[in-house]
Amino acid sequence: MSNFFTDNSDLVFQFNNLDYRKIVEMAEDNFEQAKDFNYAPVNYEDAMENYRKVLEMTGDLTGNYIAARAADVDIEGAQFADGKVDYAKGTQQNLKELAMADLMGMVLPRKFGGLNFPLTIYMMATEMVARADASLMNIFGLQDIAEMIEKYGTEEQKEKYIPGFSTGQYTGAMALTEPDAGSDLQAVKLQAYQDEKGKWFLRGVKRFITNGNAHVHLVLARSEPGTKDGRGLSMFACFTDETVKVRRIEHKLGIHGSPTCELQFNDTPAELVGQRKFGLIKYVFDLMFRARMGVSAQALGISQAAYEEALMYAKDRVQFGKAIYNIPAVANMLIDMRVMVEYNRSLLYATGQIVDLKEKTQVVIDKYKKEGKSVTDLNEEVKYYTRLSNLLTPMTKYWLTECANKITYDSMQIHGGTGYMKEFRVERLARDARITNIYEGTSQLQIVAAISGVINDILKDYFDKKEAKSYPGGLSRLATYLKEIRAIFYDCLKYVTDKKDNEFQDVAAKDLVELYSYLYIGYLLLDEAEKEPRKKFIASRYIITSLANAKKNADTIKNELFTDILHADEILI
Amino acid sequence: MYKSIVLVKQVPDTANISGKVMKDDGTVNRAMLPAIFNYEDRVALEFALQVKQKYGGKVIAITMGPPRAADILRECLYMGADQTYAISDRKFAGADTLATSYVLSEAIKKIGDYDFVFAGRQAIDGDTAQVGPQTAEKLNIPQVTYAEEILDIKDGKIKIRKKIDGGFEIVQCKFPCLITVLKGAAEPRPFQAKRIMAYKGAKTLMELEKMVEENSLLYPDKLVHEYEERNLFIPTLTADDLAVDSERCGIKGSPTKVHKVESVVLAGGNQENIPPTKDGIGSLIDRLLEDRIF
Repeated sequence: MSNFFTDNSDLVFQFNNLDYRKIVEMAEDNFEQAKDFNYAPVNYEDAMENYRKVLEMTGDLTGNYIAARAADVDIEGAQFADGKVDYAKGTQQNLKELAMADLMGMVLPRKFGGLNFPLTIYMMATEMVARADASLMNIFGLQDIAEMIEKYGTEEQKEKYIPGFSTGQYTGAMALTEPDAGSDLQAVKLQAYQDEKGKWFLRGVKRFITNGNAHVHLVLARSEPGTKDGRGLSMFACFTDETVKVRRIEHKLGIHGSPTCELQFNDTPAELVGQRKFGLIKYVFDLMFRARMGVSAQALGISQAAYEEALMYAKDRVQFGKAIYNIPAVANMLIDMRVMVEYNRSLLYATGQIVDLKEKTQVVIDKYKKEGKSVTDLNEEVKYYTRLSNLLTPMTKYWLTECANKITYDSMQIHGGTGYMKEFRVERLARDARITNIYEGTSQLQIVAAISGVINDILKDYFDKKEAKSYPGGLSRLATYLKEIRAIFYDCLKYVTDKKDNEFQDVAAKDLVELYSYLYIGYLLLDEAEKEPRKKFIASRYIITSLANAKKNADTIKNELFTDILHADEILI
Repeated sequence: MYKSIVLVKQVPDTANISGKVMKDDGTVNRAMLPAIFNYEDRVALEFALQVKQKYGGKVIAITMGPPRAADILRECLYMGADQTYAISDRKFAGADTLATSYVLSEAIKKIGDYDFVFAGRQAIDGDTAQVGPQTAEKLNIPQVTYAEEILDIKDGKIKIRKKIDGGFEIVQCKFPCLITVLKGAAEPRPFQAKRIMAYKGAKTLMELEKMVEENSLLYPDKLVHEYEERNLFIPTLTADDLAVDSERCGIKGSPTKVHKVESVVLAGGNQENIPPTKDGIGSLIDRLLEDRIF
């Protein structure tokens, strides 16, 4: 029996160290709902106890039931026949149990049957779901579709779509990608048109739609004929009916339990969600935010599972008369993996809390506005959290998904030839990890999203404050290293901006974002090491490695390595 | 609409043994083992909840055990039980199956007005499979053991498929009746998040009394009232409440005496090749008969 919450001391550590009072108080709005719902918390402590208990239950469900079905789900996969998609048997059972456990509406409001949990707690559940079965996370994570409707839909739309998510009767899909519109969603062509009565219809094709067989679709469509860019796109909601046709499902490397569909909308009746023309520039960006957090949590769940497989195998496998765990080179790989898992987790939940602050402050603002109260100060706050989120979300997705690939790669390496075989779990994990740094924006696009925050040094005040702080004992040495990294960062930043060359900046962006990340993550780990002695090892290896990497980043930027890009045609023969 | 009473038990988690769990005298050191909800009892609760889902009604879970057994009553609430009772008294301690079934049957009579009593086939600590059947005898109602599936309930009769050696049997009986269920018969539903949050604070009388002991500002009656108001009170039935004969309860009422518990390790001995001939097989049969294996 394994409980994916209680057996994961690092996840419990993150939960115990959440700085959550402000977020909970905003999310629960003076705990008014306790009057109407017997499961709503009466105060902050009660809310935290609720989260803990529900995470424990999720840990039991994922660790003892869902994980056991993952191998069969991978082998069977989602099936497509006669125009109909069927989940693997294990997936069906998983979804049934998640719904029975009230977990399919975790983030949705109570009045629509949900639990009203903030993002960070939802991400902790997501991590556990993915650790058990990465492909299930895709369907579990799509409750965000209902969350979007809750945020931007009309009251009538909310009542129509959301309760079915909470009960598990509906699942969702976000239909954005098209054959010619992948990373570049501005190129979306799917047509939205109105009849004489003003009713909307959708016509066109969407591709690579995760869970495209869902009951409810959020569709990005061109509502303004003749336009070519993102400003001609709006967001629509519709139910699956006979006009929505799944044309095929993809045969993929991994996440076999999650059906990836090609969809055809044949004059499908739909409803406009939110404001016309804001589909991409407002709603999809918002949706992608949460989706990127979700994929980060998915990657972390896979990393955790792969690390555990490697550790277990290394302790069991005897070669040269001893367990390979006792070979220093192997132990060193394992420590690198463990440090990655733990810094990934710190980063994910630190970012989660910033996104929570952003979202919950916005809810308070909306409420105050209705009541005619002043929101000037709150507006400033929300702007600040938005800027931070815009940097930290892509940074999180970049690191967590790249690390999941590295960790599964090394886990297989530790298994040796055995790990390459289908019988071993790591083989599936390596395949499942591979998509995480591709979908919801490739790693390269995460760099593009993060770079402006880095160039504008938006964490300057935060780092100034951290630098001014004195850390005890051995940690002060690590704090000195972080100062050194910061000096390297400023030196590189100046070098890049002085060049005033946009193309050079684009190529150097990856190194700059990495440099900036070392600082943010480094300070997170330093603060954790103050709370928990064991975390010193994590902070120490991370910061020392980062200093070495920072020097390498600096060299890459400053030794003119990129000048050969001008000669790409000569090199790439 | 049917009213079901489910017998549940908290048991030591014998699958997760760590440290020294056997005392020198051969008894189990329960403090060393984590306590869990006996799995087959969870299946029994699942059966009762399915009956409620299909036909309507009410599900009541009861347990006899020490104060900490309240944990599994809360878990029954998390799964969907409408009400729970703790049956607890110092006089009940040390009960064997006879004394246990006596107290349980009295508790069931006290709750009264039931259609079905569900129980797991057996608990993983004693493995006797006696408490269910003995309880039915004391209640003087029919019993169906080893149930795998409820096929139908109508006209005062329940039709059940039960497991027998090498197959199954379909039986029908009048109810009220008692049904014991097997491990694989149904998968217990997960705890429901909303019910966890709503009932995590549910407390038995003993737990409330303990709170009062630790905090002199609290008054027992007021506290019970407050918990009742919030629908968080788990009633406790004591020996006095049940008006049971204390000579038939607990260690006094338990004729079973455990002589010795020993850990038997089954190990293979020597092996021998028997020639595949008539004589060879014949001598094997003779020896098996001699060793009373046949």
